[in-house]
Amino acid sequence: MAAPLTLLLIVAVTIRAVLFRSSLAELIPERVEVVSPLNAWKRVVEGLALLDLGVSPYAGDVFHEVSPLSIPLNESNTSIHPSIMADALTAVALYLAVKDYNKTVFRKQKYALEAERYPLDCLELIRTPKEMYYIPLKVAMFYLLNPFTILSCVAKSTCGLNNAVIALFILCTVKGSSLMSAIFLALATYQSIYPLTLFAPALLYLLQRLYIPVNWQRSSFWLFTTQYTFMYLGSLCVMVCLSFFLLSSWDFLSSVYGFILSVPDLTPNIGLFWYFFAEMFEHFRLFFICVFQINVFFYTIPLSIKLKEHPIFLIFMQIAIISIFKSYPTVGDIALYMAFLPAWNHLYRFLRNIFLVSVVLLACSALFPVLWHLWIYAGSANSNFYYAITLLFNVAQILLVSDYFYAYLRREHHLTHGLYLKRKDGSEATLVLK
Amino acid sequence: MGLLSDPNRRRALTKLLTRLNAPICVMCYLAGVAWFMGLAFEPFTLRTYMSENAMGSTMVEERFPAGERALATGREFAAHKKKVGGMPVDWLVKTMQSRGLEVFTQSFTRKLPFPDENKERYMVRGTNVYGILRAPRAPRTEALVLSAPCSEGNNNNQAVGLLLGLAQYFRSQIHWAKDIIFLVNEHDLIGMQAWLEGYHHTNTTGGDWSPLQGRGGSIQAALSLELSSDVITSLDLVLEGLNGQLPNLDLANLFYAFCQKIGVLCTIQGKLQRNDWDTTSGYSHAAQTMMLMVLKQASGRPWGDHGLFLRYHIEAASIRGINSFRQYKTDTTTIGRLLEGMYRKLNNLLERLHQSYFFYLMPSLSRFVSIGYYMPAFGLLAVILLLRALDLWVQLGASPPGTEDGVAGGVQPSSPGVLSILTPVVISHMTGVALYTLPILSQEMAVQHFPVSETEAVVLTAIAIYTAGLALPHNTHRLLQGEGTEEGWRVLKLVALLYLAVLLGCTALINFSLGFILALSLVPIAAFITPHTPKALSAAIMVLLSPGCTLLYCVFVFQELQETPVSLQDGWMLFLSVISQGILDHALYGSLVYPLLALLIYPCWLLLWNILFWK
Repeated sequence: MAAPLTLLLIVAVTIRAVLFRSSLAELIPERVEVVSPLNAWKRVVEGLALLDLGVSPYAGDVFHEVSPLSIPLNESNTSIHPSIMADALTAVALYLAVKDYNKTVFRKQKYALEAERYPLDCLELIRTPKEMYYIPLKVAMFYLLNPFTILSCVAKSTCGLNNAVIALFILCTVKGSSLMSAIFLALATYQSIYPLTLFAPALLYLLQRLYIPVNWQRSSFWLFTTQYTFMYLGSLCVMVCLSFFLLSSWDFLSSVYGFILSVPDLTPNIGLFWYFFAEMFEHFRLFFICVFQINVFFYTIPLSIKLKEHPIFLIFMQIAIISIFKSYPTVGDIALYMAFLPAWNHLYRFLRNIFLVSVVLLACSALFPVLWHLWIYAGSANSNFYYAITLLFNVAQILLVSDYFYAYLRREHHLTHGLYLKRKDGSEATLVLK
Repeated sequence: MGLLSDPNRRRALTKLLTRLNAPICVMCYLAGVAWFMGLAFEPFTLRTYMSENAMGSTMVEERFPAGERALATGREFAAHKKKVGGMPVDWLVKTMQSRGLEVFTQSFTRKLPFPDENKERYMVRGTNVYGILRAPRAPRTEALVLSAPCSEGNNNNQAVGLLLGLAQYFRSQIHWAKDIIFLVNEHDLIGMQAWLEGYHHTNTTGGDWSPLQGRGGSIQAALSLELSSDVITSLDLVLEGLNGQLPNLDLANLFYAFCQKIGVLCTIQGKLQRNDWDTTSGYSHAAQTMMLMVLKQASGRPWGDHGLFLRYHIEAASIRGINSFRQYKTDTTTIGRLLEGMYRKLNNLLERLHQSYFFYLMPSLSRFVSIGYYMPAFGLLAVILLLRALDLWVQLGASPPGTEDGVAGGVQPSSPGVLSILTPVVISHMTGVALYTLPILSQEMAVQHFPVSETEAVVLTAIAIYTAGLALPHNTHRLLQGEGTEEGWRVLKLVALLYLAVLLGCTALINFSLGFILALSLVPIAAFITPHTPKALSAAIMVLLSPGCTLLYCVFVFQELQETPVSLQDGWMLFLSVISQGILDHALYGSLVYPLLALLIYPCWLLLWNILFWK
C-alpha cells in the first residue's frame, strides 16, 4: 500500500509544482474564496517583514496569525514550498489515521458478529475487508487531488498548515496517544480557536480505547477526563505564554482571537458572516456576533450525546460544522472534511440527496468566480448575487453533512433492529426522519 | 424539508419525473422558446423610465448655437486629413489648444496576429489626440469623455467637427463639475484600447503605447459620436459592448429622453419604434429588433468605439448619425444641442450610474425586458439538462430516490472505470486546446504549403481542426477496447449533461444572449442523444446543431434581420470573416467568445458526439 501512496504524493506534488510556476500562481492568491484575512500568504510576508524591522507584526491591521507558527515559514527558501509539504503531511496523517480506524471498526464488527449481536438480515450491511482495503488511499486521494486543496495550496494559504495540525491530531487520537493528541489539539485551538469543539470527540474516543465507560459515577472516567483536560489546557497555556515571551506583549490575543471572534473584516468570502454584518445596524452587532459564534460551538453538546459511541464520525461532523459556520472560511477548510467522505462510503445507500447536493456544490463552485467578476469587474451585478450563491453553497454543505449524519444513524438503527422493518400489522415499514 | 425527507413523497415525485421525463423536456423546450418570443410582445415588457435621481427632474437648457461653424471645422479637418494622409495630429493639437483645452497626444503601435482583411490592416501605427476641459467648479476627481473616431476616407469628419465645436462652446460655460475629455482616436478600437489602457495603467492584451501625459478624474460616462453627413434623418444608439456587456439602462433612457425633448428621430438596431404593437407586423418588428440585439450581444464584440469603456466600469454608448431618404432632416446644431443636454445631465451625476438595470434586452427604445423576465426562458431550457441528468441518475440505479429505503436497493452496480470516462473528456479538451492554439501558430506553415492568404489560413485551419474532431470517437474506442459498457455511456452522458448545464448557466449570467443561443442548439442534442438512436440520422442532426453550424445560421439570420439578405456564397464568405474577426477580437481586445467556444463548448459537444458512437 505504500507504493500507491507514494505515487499519489508524487502526482499531487507535481500538479502543485506545475501550478506554482504557471501564471495562475499570481491570480489564485487574490481570490477571496481561497484566502481569507486570517491565512493569506501576503499578510504572513508582511507580518514577518514587520518582525524583521523590529516592529510588532500585530501593530497594523494586516497580520492575524499566531507568530511562532509562521516563523519557520520564513526560512522557506527551499524549492518546495511549506504549503506543499503541509498538504503531503496531512494526506499521510489522514491515510494512517483512517487505516488504523478501519482496523478498529473491523475488529469491533468481528466481535459483534461472533457474539451474534446483528440481526440476520443485516448481513449485507456488514463491511468486508475487500471494500475497506482502498479506503485510506481514497481518503488521501480525496484530500490531495481535491481542486479546493490544490487551489488553497497554490495560494500558499496557511490553511493547509491548520489542516495538517488537525490531521496530526486525528492520527494521534486514533493511535491512542493521549498526550500527543492533547498537544496537537491545543496547537489547533491556538491557531484558530474553533477546533476547541474537537475536544469532546477526542476524549470520547480515548475513553473508548481504554474501555472506560462514560459514566458519571465512575472514578476512572473522572480521572481520565481530568488528566486529558490538564494536558490540553497545560499545552495551550505553554503555547500562549511562549507567544507572549517571543514578542513580550499580549497584542496577539486581540489581534488573532479578537479578530476571529469579533469579525471586524467584512471582505466577502464563502461564509455567512460578511454580508449579514455589513448590512446590520451597529447596535445589534454584538448580539448577533454572539449568536453566530455560539452557533459554531453549540452543536457539540447534542452531537456528542447522540454520537458518543462513534467519536470519529463526530470528529468529521465537527470539522464540517466548523468549516461551514466559522467566521472566515475558505475552500481549504472544506477540503479537509470532504477528505473523510470515502471513509463513509458504506453509508452511500442511505444517502438521500447526494445527487442534488453534489450538483448544487458543483454549480456554486463554478458560479463564485462568475458572479465575483460580474460584481467587482463588470459592475453589472451586485453583492446580493454573490451572497445568494454563498448561501446556496452553505445550504448544500449543511444538507450534505446532515445527510451523512442521518445515514449513519440509519445504518446503526438497522444494525440493531434488522434491515427489513415491519409494521405492527406486518406490512413493510419505512423510516421517516421528522 | 418535507419533500426531501419523506421517502414516499420523494418516490412519487421521482417516479413522476422519470416516467414523464421526455414529455416534460419537450414541454420545457417549447415553453422556453415561446417565453423568449413572448418577450418582444409589448404588454409583457416594461416602459423605460429614468431611475437616476440626479438626471431626472433637473432642468437643463440647451443653447448650442454653432452647428454651421462645427461643419466648417469638420471640412477643414477633412482637408488636413487628406493632406497628411491620416490623422492630422498637429492641426488637431493646435485647434484644440486654440479652443482652450489642455491637449495631449498618445502614440501606439500594434501588430495584429494576422492581417485583418475587413479593415485591411496588419501593422497598425497611430496617434490619439485628446484635450481636457478642466472642471471649473469641482476638485476634478471625475471626468466625462466625448470621443469621435478619425476614420479612413471621408467618414466621420462631421463628428470631429462637432466635437471641436462642442469643446469650444463647453469652454465658455461655467457649470461643469466634471472634467470633460475630448478624444479623437485613430484606428477605431485599437486606438481606443491603447488610450483606455494608458489612462488606467493596465495592459491586458500586450499592446505597445506611450504613456499618457495628462489625465482627468475617474471617468463616469462616455459617448462615442459617429457622424458622416451634414444633415441626418435619425440617430441610432449602439449599446452592445465587449463580451456582451451593456451600459446602465439610464444612459439609454437619457438619450431617449433628449431625443423626445428635442424632436429627433431615434432608433435602436437601426429600427424605428412603432406604435401598432397589437398587429402582427408590429409584433414582428419588435421581435426583429430584439433578435438583432440578442445576436449582436451574443457575438461578444464591441459594436462601436464605446465597447471597450464598459470593461473599466464606465457607462458608455455610441451615437451614430444616419442619413436616409426621409424628408425630415435634422441639422448639426440640433445634434449639438442634444449632446449638450446629455452632458449637462451627466455632469449632474453624484455617483456612477447604478440605479437602473445592467441586464436588459430592448425590443424598442422605449421598452425593455429586464433580467427577471428573460432568465426564465433560459431557465426552462437549462432545467431540461438537469431533468435528463436526474433521469440518468435514477437509471444508473445508484439513486436513493428510486429505492429510497436503501433497503430495496439490490446489488450495487460495479461502476465503470474512471479511466473510461476520463479518456474521452481529456481527448475532447485536448482537441479544444488544439482548436484554440493551432490556427494562429500554424498560419506560416499553412501559407507556405497552400495557396492561401494568412487570414484564410487561420480560418481554414480552425475549420479543419473543428472537422477533424469529429473523427475522434473511433480513435478513443480503440483505446478503450472492451470498456464500452451500457453503464459507461450513461455515466459519460451524466457528466456531459452536468458540465453543459453549469457551462451554459455561467455563460448566460455573463452574456445572456450567447448562453441562450447555445442552449437553443445544444440542449436538444444533449437531452436525447444515446448510442441507440439511428446513427446516420442522429449524426446529421448533431452536426447541424453543432456550435459551428449555429454560428453559420446566426450569420444568415443576422443578415436577414438587417434586411440585407445574402446568397449562400456570400453567406459563407461572411461566415469565414466572422470567424477571423472572432479570433482577432480575442487577440486584440480580450473578447472571450472564441476561447469559450473552443476550450469549453466545443469539447462538451464532442463528448456528446462520443456518446453517439459509443460501442
